[in-house]
Amino acid sequence: MMTQIVFYVFATVLVLSAGTVVSARNPVHSVLFLILAFFNAAGLFLVAGAEFLAMILVIVYVGAVAVLFLFVVMMLDVRFAQMREGLQRYAPFGAAVGLVLLAELALAFSHWQVAQDIGSVPHVVAAPGRTNTAALGDVLYTHYIFLFESCGLVLLVAMIGAIVLTLRERPMGRRQNIDRQHERTVTDTLAMMTVPLGQGVAANGGFRRPEESYYIASVPGSYGVTADPVPQGKPVEGPLKHGADNHGGLAQ
Amino acid sequence: MTGGLGSIGIGPYLTVSAILLVLGVFGIFLNRKNVIIILMSIELILLSANLNFVAFSSALGDLSGQVFTLFVLTIAAAESAIGLAIVTVYFRNRGSIEVEDITMMKG
Amino acid sequence: MQTASTLFEIAVLGPLFACMVAGLFGRMMGDGPAKALTTSIMVIAALCGSGALFTAMHIGGMPVVVQLADWIRAGSFHAAWTLRLDTLSLSMVAMVTAVSALVHIYSIGYMGHETTPTYRFFSYLSLFTFAMLMLVTSNDLIQLFFGWEGVGLASYLLIGYWYDRPSACAAAIKAFVVNRVADLFFMVGIALLFVEFGSVTYDNIFALVPAHGDDTYTLLGTHRIYETICLLLFIGAMGKSAQLFLHTWLPDAMEGPTPVSALIHAATMVTAGVFLMARMSPLVEFAPDTKAFILFIGATTCFFAATVGLVQPDIKRTIAYSTCSQLGYMFMAVGAGAYQASMFHLTTHAFFKALLFLGAGSVIHAVHDEQNMFRMGGLWKKIPLTYGAMWLGSLALAGIFPFAGYWSKDAILEATWMAHSGLGFYGWTLGCITAFITALYSWRLIFLVFHGAPRDAHLHEGAHESPVWMTLPLVLLGVGAVLAGLLLAPYYVGEGQAAFWSGAIVNAPGNTVIATLEQTPELIALVPTFAGVLGILVAYLCYVASPTIPASFATSLRPIYLFLLNKWYFDELYDHLFVRPYRALANLLWKGADEGVIEGIPHGLARMTAGTAAQAVRTQTGSIAIYAFTMLIGLVVLVSTLLVFH
Repeated sequence: MMTQIVFYVFATVLVLSAGTVVSARNPVHSVLFLILAFFNAAGLFLVAGAEFLAMILVIVYVGAVAVLFLFVVMMLDVRFAQMREGLQRYAPFGAAVGLVLLAELALAFSHWQVAQDIGSVPHVVAAPGRTNTAALGDVLYTHYIFLFESCGLVLLVAMIGAIVLTLRERPMGRRQNIDRQHERTVTDTLAMMTVPLGQGVAANGGFRRPEESYYIASVPGSYGVTADPVPQGKPVEGPLKHGADNHGGLAQ
Repeated sequence: MTGGLGSIGIGPYLTVSAILLVLGVFGIFLNRKNVIIILMSIELILLSANLNFVAFSSALGDLSGQVFTLFVLTIAAAESAIGLAIVTVYFRNRGSIEVEDITMMKG
Repeated sequence: MQTASTLFEIAVLGPLFACMVAGLFGRMMGDGPAKALTTSIMVIAALCGSGALFTAMHIGGMPVVVQLADWIRAGSFHAAWTLRLDTLSLSMVAMVTAVSALVHIYSIGYMGHETTPTYRFFSYLSLFTFAMLMLVTSNDLIQLFFGWEGVGLASYLLIGYWYDRPSACAAAIKAFVVNRVADLFFMVGIALLFVEFGSVTYDNIFALVPAHGDDTYTLLGTHRIYETICLLLFIGAMGKSAQLFLHTWLPDAMEGPTPVSALIHAATMVTAGVFLMARMSPLVEFAPDTKAFILFIGATTCFFAATVGLVQPDIKRTIAYSTCSQLGYMFMAVGAGAYQASMFHLTTHAFFKALLFLGAGSVIHAVHDEQNMFRMGGLWKKIPLTYGAMWLGSLALAGIFPFAGYWSKDAILEATWMAHSGLGFYGWTLGCITAFITALYSWRLIFLVFHGAPRDAHLHEGAHESPVWMTLPLVLLGVGAVLAGLLLAPYYVGEGQAAFWSGAIVNAPGNTVIATLEQTPELIALVPTFAGVLGILVAYLCYVASPTIPASFATSLRPIYLFLLNKWYFDELYDHLFVRPYRALANLLWKGADEGVIEGIPHGLARMTAGTAAQAVRTQTGSIAIYAFTMLIGLVVLVSTLLVFH
């Protein structure tokens, strides 16, 4: 009796919160009700005896996915009020499709029966005395190991995909170009100067660095100056020119 | 048949899951403009599938259902990650996430 | 015999070499070398051709067949590239190369005013000569047909040489198409020959001819097969030799440069038909009905062309119709069974007609491309050499003793008389009338062009004698026109004809026309000469003594005058009979069948596909929302289907 009460409480809250998810005016509310729905679904899983899945649902969905939704909803500067426009227009159509679907599912339930020889089908049964988590582990790491690994791959691909999609080149970032650094020779970087006696550094143009070596060594565009590759290997000749440095103000 | 489900039976589970599915579908129709809510509706639909898996798994005493629920969860997580990434990029490029604005999905 | 065949090969293959070198490398080597090469090779070929004839005459032992290459081998059908040496081919080769060489020399002068390079022209001339040589030296009908078509092609190229003139292009196409019509019959004739005898080689055919005399075949009634084959071959010859009904291309061919006209009308192309008939004499002899038909067509053409030539104002067209008329004489001889006489007239005609054409070209050259005789006049003092040449040519053409035409034309008319048939008499009568008309229009030409007061002072002032390149051939041909008949008559038709032809021309056992030629009553034999002299006198009367007579005739007999001036309305008749219906049919096929159906089907399919695709594209809105809905509705439909069928 107690189980039934618990079930119906969870089920009712689940259905109500799911309804709110799809009909809430504010997407943030939708996300919050989605979290509530997941909690209740986890409760239903518990009632059904799938305690590991219930925990996973809470951890993965509530802890990661729903929070991700929340992040996105809050991050995107969208005028959500405007988005509700036209809602009424499609509601009847959506309701009609939903009702038809529901009716058909009800029809399917009413004529539904368990296959006669269901008992003879080989079942993956938990060993006696094992907890649900341990039993799942037994099955997952033996019988379903390849599928399990594939799932890992799917997640990896999803992760890479999400990163690739959202990654933006930051023009101001400073990154190394290892190959170019290795290619550098002394003449690229070092200019020998004869400094007359009695003159200070400032009289010779201040502290300077070889004119092109930084460009050569860096990833094009990474100083935010220009994305064009700078012509290489042009030696610094003659006395250094004043004010020739336009390296993003980094030289002096 | 009602094996691990005790006195509740499989019927209520399936009913709840059916209602959840219909709500998800209805949500997709209802929120024509907001991609994020459509993604949430898809999560609801997947949840209803999961509920079915778990209910039958318990009813038949077969752990396979729960294993598949695990896989579905994985796929759903990957799907929402990619989906949200796309939404973010799309918003960055177009300044909108209205579904009806996405009209370039053709050759 | 070795010498003869070597000389023969040089004569035949030289023009091919000249044509290819001049045609392919003419641009590289320049105009002058190309001219020099083709002309010198042609002169060498002419010398070799004559040399071969004389050598072979002295040694005898013909026919000799030299195989140059294998050509077609398909089942029982076999055709080789061969040179056949017998009197017929040797005499033709000698004549063709000689006239062609003179025409080449003449062209150097005549085409001197051309602004564009003329190596193309000389290459075509050599090609023309080569094709004609292929035709006459063939040992089977396939090679003959090759030469036949080669001549047609070369004539097309040469008539349309000035391709920037629309009239020249039209004339070239007309010549080609009219010849195609005749060639169709010719081809069917060759095919029938092959079916009948299983071979296309002359020797094989002629060996079998006497045995199959009564073979028949049935198509819309039963026919003797020889009659049918000969008729088909003759229709082919009619096209090439411009006989009545298929003659329309010949006057238009005057659009080409005058040397071409000379070559086409004198030595090559038009004589091909006569040659074919002489070559097929062993077969034609067994088709008496066809021979009668040939006689009829020849006589009628002879008269028809002469009457038309009488009123033409164009100097070249007058001579062109004269050619047509003289070809009628030749066919008349064939019809009468005197192939020797026909070949004789062919040879003499080659000389004096080439002379006349080159003379006319010289006149045209002198008066700067004016061809209307009524704008000339009084030119004889300006161009005395040409004047003399035209006199010689006309005397030969009119058949005045002892010029070339006298011997050959008399032989033909005597042969028609000695045929002792109704049609023979018809041919003789028309031939004599034509002899009168021939003399009349020849001297009309001479009087109009050379005598009287200059009608166009400007033209008269500018007239000048042609360069030596052009007068030299005139002189040589003049010699030929005077002497050819006298020298060749004994061999071609006289006492020595049997030895001379040595089997190249066959007369059936009952055919004694050629043998009894000398027994013609003297009075009858004199009639053509009198007719010619009378024609000259009438021409003098009409165009010198009293120039008003022709005009008054033209006015009082206006319908007849117009009838003749419009060439018996053949062009108009054909235009209504063939050209317009054909054009209408072609238009229908073009607009209706081709554009409507054949192009319409793929176009319609393409348009339908495009239309369907355009409609189908609408379902691809690009809107992700609609895609999502479609998927969900698909889910509903799927579930419904499952429920319904489960």
